[in-house]
Amino acid sequence: MAEVAGKNKKRRPMALGDRLFDYANYTFLTLLMVVTLYPFLNTLAVSLNDANDSIKGGIYVWPREWTLDNYKYVLAEATIFHATMISVLRTVIGTVATVFCSAMVAYTISRQEFVLRKFVTVAFILTMYINGGLIPNFLLIRDLGLIDSFWVYIWPGLIGVFNLIIIRSFIEGLPESILESARIDGAGEYRNFFHIVLPLCTPVLATVALFTGVYQWNQWFDVFLYNSSNIDLSTLQYELQKILQNSNASMSAKSAGDAFASAGSQDANAVTPFSIRATMTIAASLPIIMVYPFLQKYFVKGMTVGGVKG
Amino acid sequence: MENNTAGIPATGAIAKKPAGMARFFKLLLQQRALVVMSVPFLIWLFIFKYMPMWGWTIAFQKYKPALGFWEQEWAGLTHFRFLFEDERFIRVLRNTLAMSGINLVLGFVTAIALALLLNEVRKVMFKRVVQTVSYLPHFISWVVAAGIIQSTLSPDGIINELLMKAGFIKEGVLFLGIPEYFWTIFGAGTVWKDVGWNTIVYLAAMTMIDPAQYEAAEMDGAGRFKRMWHITLPGIKPVIVVLLIMNIGYLMESGFEPQYLLGNGMNVDYSENLDIFVLKYGIAQSNFSLSIAAGMFKTVVSFILLFVANNVSKRLGEARLY
Repeated sequence: MAEVAGKNKKRRPMALGDRLFDYANYTFLTLLMVVTLYPFLNTLAVSLNDANDSIKGGIYVWPREWTLDNYKYVLAEATIFHATMISVLRTVIGTVATVFCSAMVAYTISRQEFVLRKFVTVAFILTMYINGGLIPNFLLIRDLGLIDSFWVYIWPGLIGVFNLIIIRSFIEGLPESILESARIDGAGEYRNFFHIVLPLCTPVLATVALFTGVYQWNQWFDVFLYNSSNIDLSTLQYELQKILQNSNASMSAKSAGDAFASAGSQDANAVTPFSIRATMTIAASLPIIMVYPFLQKYFVKGMTVGGVKG
Repeated sequence: MENNTAGIPATGAIAKKPAGMARFFKLLLQQRALVVMSVPFLIWLFIFKYMPMWGWTIAFQKYKPALGFWEQEWAGLTHFRFLFEDERFIRVLRNTLAMSGINLVLGFVTAIALALLLNEVRKVMFKRVVQTVSYLPHFISWVVAAGIIQSTLSPDGIINELLMKAGFIKEGVLFLGIPEYFWTIFGAGTVWKDVGWNTIVYLAAMTMIDPAQYEAAEMDGAGRFKRMWHITLPGIKPVIVVLLIMNIGYLMESGFEPQYLLGNGMNVDYSENLDIFVLKYGIAQSNFSLSIAAGMFKTVVSFILLFVANNVSKRLGEARLY
C-alpha cells in the first residue's frame, strides 16, 4: 500500500471530495482508537488514584490523587501474589511445551516422504471438526487423575491444530535446497530439525508462542472447572473472575468485589473493592499489552498464512 | 495442501499386497526418527481428543457414576427427546443461533468496513498506530473485557453518564439487567474486542490488488467511494466468500465466555446459550446424560455444517479449512 500512497502524492492536488473523505476517515479512526483505549485508560487511572477518592466518581483518564497504595495492597495479598505466580508458571511452561511439540509434529508432516504423514495430518485435522465436548472431556480429565493438579493446564492443550498448520505451511515454504544440502552432509532428522528447521522457523514460532502465551495467561475456565477447590492452583484471571462474578450480583461497579470487601476490612481506609478490581484488571492485562505490539509483524503474517492459504 | 494428498506411494500400497506391507514397515524403520518425533503425539491426540468421544455413550444411558459401563441402564433416545420438549433448551437454542448470527453478520460488516477505511489511509504511521490499537482488545482475556464492559455499562458508568449529560435519560440504566438488551451488548462487545483483529485477513488481501487498477480508475475519474466499491471490494471478494462459508460452519458456536461472564439472573433468558446449558446441567447438577446429549447435538450439527461449508467452498474453487 505504501507504494500506492507514494504515487498518489505525486499526482495533481486532491479534489475537495477526496479531502473531505480523508478528514472524515481520520476523524472516525481517531474516534475508534479513543473508544478502544478509553476503558483501559480509565481503569489505569482508577488503579493509580486514591481508593476513597475514586468512590466520588469523576475519574476519567487521569488520576486525581496519585497513589500506588492499590498496587501495594494487591501485591501484599498472598492469594493474589500466589495466583500471579501460577499464571506466570503456566504461561512459561505451557508456551515452551506447545511451541516445541507443535514444531516437532509440524516438521514430521512437512516431510513429503514420511510414511505416516497423511495419517498424522488427518488425525489432527479431524479434531477440528469433531470433539467430545465439555462433559466427556471433564470425565476424561477426572479419570486421568488430573483434577487438582497443575498439569491440567498443560496437557489438554499441548498441540493446537491451527498452530500445527501455520508451522507446517511455514516449513513447506522454506527453500528445499537448505534441507537437501544438510542431508547430503549427512545430517539426520534430529539434527535437521534442531539445527536447521527450528532456527529458520523463528518468525512463525514467535507467532505461535504469542498465541499460546496469551491463551495460557488469559485462561480461567480450566481453573474453574478442574481446580476451583484448590486455591494453591488458582490463577490471576480466575481470581479476577471471582471478583467479577461477585460484583455481577450488585451490578454497580463501585460496590463491586464483595470478596475483597470483607478480606480487606482491616484496610478499609486504604483500599476499596472498586479500586482493587481496577488494579487487578491492569495487572492481568499489562503483560500482554506490553508484549504484543513487538510481535505484530510476525502474527499478522502468521494469520494470513494460516487463515487464507490453510 | 491439495497437491500433497496424492501422498506417499507406500500408503496406497499397504492394502494391496503383503509385499506392500513389508515395504511399509521397512520405510517405517528407515524413518524411525520421524516416527519417534510424531507417534508420541499421536498417542497424546488419541487420549485427549479421541477418547472423550467414548463419553458420548452416556447420552444413551441412565448414567449413574457409581456403576461400570456394562452395568449402566440404557435409555435410548430419551434424553434427546426430553431436550426437544424442554422449553429451556429451545430458548437456549434460539439464543445460540441468534448470537452467532449477530456475530457473523456484525463481525463481517464491521471488519470489512474498517479494513476499507484503513486501506484508504495514506499516512503509514497513523495506519500502523490505528492497527496496533485496534488489535489490543483481542489479546486481553474475556474476564478483563467483561469487567470493562460491565463497568462501562453500570448505572454509574461512562455510557450512562454521557446519556444523562446529553439529556436522553434522567437516571442511570442498568443495561445488563434488561434481558432484551443482552444481544446488543454482546454484539457490541464482540465487535469492540475483535473488529481490529478481523481486519488482518482483509488488509492482507487488499495489498494483493494491482495498484494499476486504482490508477486506471482514477484516470477515468472514479472517486474514492467508486474505487472502494468497484476495485477494493471485488478484489477481496474471494476472501470474503471463503471466510463467510467457513463461519457458517461455526453457527452453533456462539461463544461461551462473554455470555457466561456477562450473564446474570436478570438477563438469563437471553444470555444462556448451549455451552452454558451444558455446563449447568453437567457440572452444577451432575446430570451427565442430558448434558452430554445436548453437547453431542451441538457437535453433530456443527460437524454437518462444517462439512457442507467446506465442500461448498471446495466446489467454488476457493481455499478450504484444511
